[in-house]
Amino acid sequence: MLLINCPYCEDDRPELEFANAGEAHIHRPKDMADMSDEAFEAMFFIRDNPKGVILERWRHAHGCGRFFNAVRHTVSDKFLKTYMAGEPRPSDDEITELMK
Amino acid sequence: MAKPAIALRHTPTEGHNFANGVVSVSTAAPASRISLRATPLGANSFGKSLGLDLPKKPSGSAAKGGKFALWLGPDEWLIIDEKNQDISLVPKTASTQLSAVDISHRNAAYFISGNGAENTLNAACPRNLSLSEFPVGSATRTIFGKAEVVLYRTQNNTFRMEFWRSFTPYVWGLLLDAARDSNN
Amino acid sequence: MNSTSQQAFRVKARGSRIGARSVSFTFDGKTFEGLEGDTLASALLANGVHLMGRSFKYHRPRGVLAAGVEEPNALMQISRDNSKTTPNVRASVQEIYDGMKAQSQNRYPSLNFDIGAVNNLLSPVFVAGFYYKTFKWPAVAWDKLYEPFIRRAAGLGEAPTEQDPDRYANRFAHCDVLVAGGGAAGLIAAKAAADKGKSVILCDENPEFGGWLLSDTDIRIDGQTGEEWSAEMVRQLLAMDNVRLLARTTCVGYFQQNMVVLNERVTEHLSRPNVELPRERMWQVRAGKVVIAQGAIERHMVFPDNDRPGIMLAGAAQTYLNKYGVAVGANVGVYTACDSAYAAAFDLAEEGVTIPVVIDHRDQVSDDIRAQAKEFGIKVITGAHVYCTTGKLRVNSMSIRHHKASSGSEDFEIDALITCSGWTPSLHLYSQSRGKPQWDEATRRFLPGESPQECVSIGSCNGTDELADIFVEAAEAVGGKAQKPKIEDDVPTSSGMVGATGTSADKGKAFVDFQNDVTAKDIALAVREGMHSIEHVKRYTTNGMATDQGKLSNMHGLAIAAKLLDKPIPQVGLTTFRAPYTPTTFGSFVGHARGALFDPTRKTPIHEWAVEQGAEFEPVSLWNRARYFPKAGETMDDAVDRECQTVRKTAGVFDASTLGKIEVVGPDAAAFMNIMYTNGWDKLRPGRAKYGIMCRDDGFIYDDGVVGKLSSTRFHVTTTTGGAARVLNMMEDFTQTEFPEMKVWLTSTTEQWATIAVQGPKAREIVEPLVSGVNIANEKFPHMSVAECQVCGVPARLFRISFTGELGFEINVPADYGRAVWEAVWARAEPLGACAYGTEAMHVMRAEKGFIIVGQDTDGTVTPHDAGLSWAVAKSKPDFVGKRGLQRPDLIAKGRRQLIGLKTKDPKKVLQEGAQIVADPEQSIPMKMVGFVTSSYWSGTLDQSIAMAMLEDGNARMGETLYVPMPDETIEVEVTGTVFYDPKGERLHG
Repeated sequence: MLLINCPYCEDDRPELEFANAGEAHIHRPKDMADMSDEAFEAMFFIRDNPKGVILERWRHAHGCGRFFNAVRHTVSDKFLKTYMAGEPRPSDDEITELMK
Repeated sequence: MAKPAIALRHTPTEGHNFANGVVSVSTAAPASRISLRATPLGANSFGKSLGLDLPKKPSGSAAKGGKFALWLGPDEWLIIDEKNQDISLVPKTASTQLSAVDISHRNAAYFISGNGAENTLNAACPRNLSLSEFPVGSATRTIFGKAEVVLYRTQNNTFRMEFWRSFTPYVWGLLLDAARDSNN
Repeated sequence: MNSTSQQAFRVKARGSRIGARSVSFTFDGKTFEGLEGDTLASALLANGVHLMGRSFKYHRPRGVLAAGVEEPNALMQISRDNSKTTPNVRASVQEIYDGMKAQSQNRYPSLNFDIGAVNNLLSPVFVAGFYYKTFKWPAVAWDKLYEPFIRRAAGLGEAPTEQDPDRYANRFAHCDVLVAGGGAAGLIAAKAAADKGKSVILCDENPEFGGWLLSDTDIRIDGQTGEEWSAEMVRQLLAMDNVRLLARTTCVGYFQQNMVVLNERVTEHLSRPNVELPRERMWQVRAGKVVIAQGAIERHMVFPDNDRPGIMLAGAAQTYLNKYGVAVGANVGVYTACDSAYAAAFDLAEEGVTIPVVIDHRDQVSDDIRAQAKEFGIKVITGAHVYCTTGKLRVNSMSIRHHKASSGSEDFEIDALITCSGWTPSLHLYSQSRGKPQWDEATRRFLPGESPQECVSIGSCNGTDELADIFVEAAEAVGGKAQKPKIEDDVPTSSGMVGATGTSADKGKAFVDFQNDVTAKDIALAVREGMHSIEHVKRYTTNGMATDQGKLSNMHGLAIAAKLLDKPIPQVGLTTFRAPYTPTTFGSFVGHARGALFDPTRKTPIHEWAVEQGAEFEPVSLWNRARYFPKAGETMDDAVDRECQTVRKTAGVFDASTLGKIEVVGPDAAAFMNIMYTNGWDKLRPGRAKYGIMCRDDGFIYDDGVVGKLSSTRFHVTTTTGGAARVLNMMEDFTQTEFPEMKVWLTSTTEQWATIAVQGPKAREIVEPLVSGVNIANEKFPHMSVAECQVCGVPARLFRISFTGELGFEINVPADYGRAVWEAVWARAEPLGACAYGTEAMHVMRAEKGFIIVGQDTDGTVTPHDAGLSWAVAKSKPDFVGKRGLQRPDLIAKGRRQLIGLKTKDPKKVLQEGAQIVADPEQSIPMKMVGFVTSSYWSGTLDQSIAMAMLEDGNARMGETLYVPMPDETIEVEVTGTVFYDPKGERLHG
């Protein structure tokens, strides 16, 4: 069972309190109705499945209830960073740094 | 035609009491509860009207005169009034800064008390409930087996456990099974 | 019967582990006596019994090989009764208790004579890869031949035939330091950590702490024996508040972030366990630091016929002698490639056991050992190997030959043969922690490398051989300091720990893996047939794939493959160790979660009333809901018919409390509703309610329900029973992450309210006298109204809504009042001729009206347009969840399936839900399916069967005749609209 640091609770909490919520930083445009079919397909359906670093959303569903973002390594299952919803995506440099 | 008699309140945990010398589980009296979701501004003003400083820190709580407020999330508090079991705490006038929703009857509650209390809870709750990690006054939403619960440590060896009322048979059964194995 | 005289191999002078009390048990029906503290294996050995099982594939007679968890042969069925019986228990681990029943496995009709042993003669068939080679064709042989054979061959032991009556417990625990293994290293580390004030859990799989110190009685630690020293350490640890000692507790798995799972066997050793105790307890420990002190496991020698009963590990023989006071034979041969076997030989010789010879596979042995051997009068032959043994059910001789000699040999009569080819550091937990073992060429063994987690390996699992060094290493591992004590020993442990490997597999079966019957030849064959990676060799031969996980065989398999491939061992690779370390019962994993505690069963406040009325229930998500209320002699169909018609003619009362409810509050509540639901919410006035549909962004229906507007900033949203949690989750997702600027908050109120639906022409008459604070006359409180008022004097939310098509109300009262208000309603309803109705009647009546059930009439690929709900999709809103998805080309294309009604031509025929629909029943199979039935019921009100279906271009097919082919008939149907009853909806407004 993983321990996940909830950025809202500022603490490590057992995985049993959390739910994964898919890939992070997928922008749902405000003018969505005007998107092309291709753009909508890319936004809604197409997901990465990387071997390595993934940026994903989690919800502290049985804790504070907040959605947040995480940088996780899919091979080691290690959480490199968690941060609040709305905060910017970590830069590639930062991710490289986190992996050290 | 005369109005029928006023209905009486019955909690699902009524009559539940258990003790084995190491741990006791007892039912909490009916209470008034609200779920407060609010902006910081809303939380401050609501706290004033309640006479309580709402906790701002994760897992924090505040208590005064039978009322207590538990931090559940950055914009969410569980407020319980043990003394006034049927007074709605929902303000009469709407605020743009908060949502107060009466959940007095949504939850039921037990007190788990005694030297075996931590062990009983840790049979099905993965959290570190030691006094150093979860001191008196700590409150948190977490899980107990397959039920979501709110734990509030009221004393060194006493926890209040709140849960949705329909989970009562499950929570009660699991507490009893766990209590049998709490003496070590 | 004089039991003590039967324990002919008991050595009274030794046996630190056993007491004086006799314990009686049965083995294959025969009664034996052992002593308190014996394992099943030691007790049988004390009685001269070596034959304890038959091997898996060849059914060869097998004796006990080891004295611990690595035992591959002596697997037993251990029983108390039919319900309390466990297969595949290692006799070397199971402690005996009075009345224990042990049964050998994998033999028929008896252990001494086993018909399956014919497999041994057929062994050319069962070579490596036989699973892949043999069972390929013909296909019919699978049913008749292969599967029965595999099932029989694979069946080790028997599952209990009755439900397990035992209890199992689970415990989540946290500590600063977890020490896995309570030998010398573990004890030192635990004490050092505890002295620093750390909270410590120390566990050991054995009943006692001390590890190898209890097996080697010649060790002196500053003058103390190992037993005395361990006992003193345990005394000190027990006295500390911050230490938890767990005996009989195995670390079965090491997971991420120092989550280690321990399995504690609480009552497996007790004759009459206290019923208050769980049988096993699983500990899920989160440790700040994990100290792995697993020790090392001795390997056997690989030589022809090395599996006869009586042939065992030298260290095991030493353990049986010193811990249990049992000599494994009277005339014991020794075959070794490692010094440690001499220690066993010397201890046996001290107790008068004849040691005819020590065959040392190596060319050299130290002068000191030679001198000690000479003192005992033991002949030592170096540079030689055992090439043959004899003895049917027990070894009786061995033949040896010098490596260099091409011919000539010497035979020795023996009744036991103890072997050792070296010791394998246990890397199981280290490897499970995702550490990568490193090859140490000097000592020819794998050792822990860097630790990816906060863990450290100490002692012999870390390749630290000198006991004095372990004292320092173990203390320093937890930040403590220790002095090297003065250590004395007859045969220094250090030289015994190297990973030397001896094989001499010239002819016959030289077993590498005893539990899976893999021989050295099988490994060679696998290599010849192209398996060059150890992972391939493992799977092809099944080496190391038995429940012992190759604790004895992996290194041998690897060494043999490497030699044949002419590659260094690390290049051939090491297979991955996986949890659990030892077989672990399902009961332990299940813990408390069985019976009523397997999953919560949610009950409404009105549930008990329905029980008292004799209702039948059905599960709906986690809820248990009243399905129908049968009267005496009624079938379900009768009851449902009666309930439906009573509601339509008079009235009915229904417990709708399970319906999901969410309170949406805030100045932006209406704006939020506009986003979440397909229809518009701006025009809805407070006091009014509206049906809403929620889609996902792909445009498919996600949930639906009636929403009441209580004020400009407060909505009472209802969801489906099963959808409540996911709807709230999706709404939270949108408020938190897509529209965080909106001032709107959500609260689940499903359980705050008990919901009592009163439906039917007399609904108002029933409800009206109970209500105060609102006038519910037809014109004052029309269909789709909502009011906050009082019912029975308690605060209520009253809806005028209908899921039946009749005049209807839904009374919401705070749940603790639910039963009382229900009874007040019932007290009015019953005298008027109304009934209580369940979910089945509710389903029939909603289908008569063409109301959909999300998840029954929709399946996650149905749009509101497909479901005939275009009227509920706003055209002018700039955005709502699903708006863009609904424009997708495939969702607006022609030929989509649409929800329609079906009437059977024969009105009495009720269709099967899920049945397929075709246009031409005469076409050849496979037929083209044009749709399927989603809902189907007998409607007593209409005196005909009704159904709804998803049908290609359904709306354009009204009036068409289609066909539903069933196994025994083809049913003709007519396509209709979905509203079968009161199409104008007049009854709602009564």
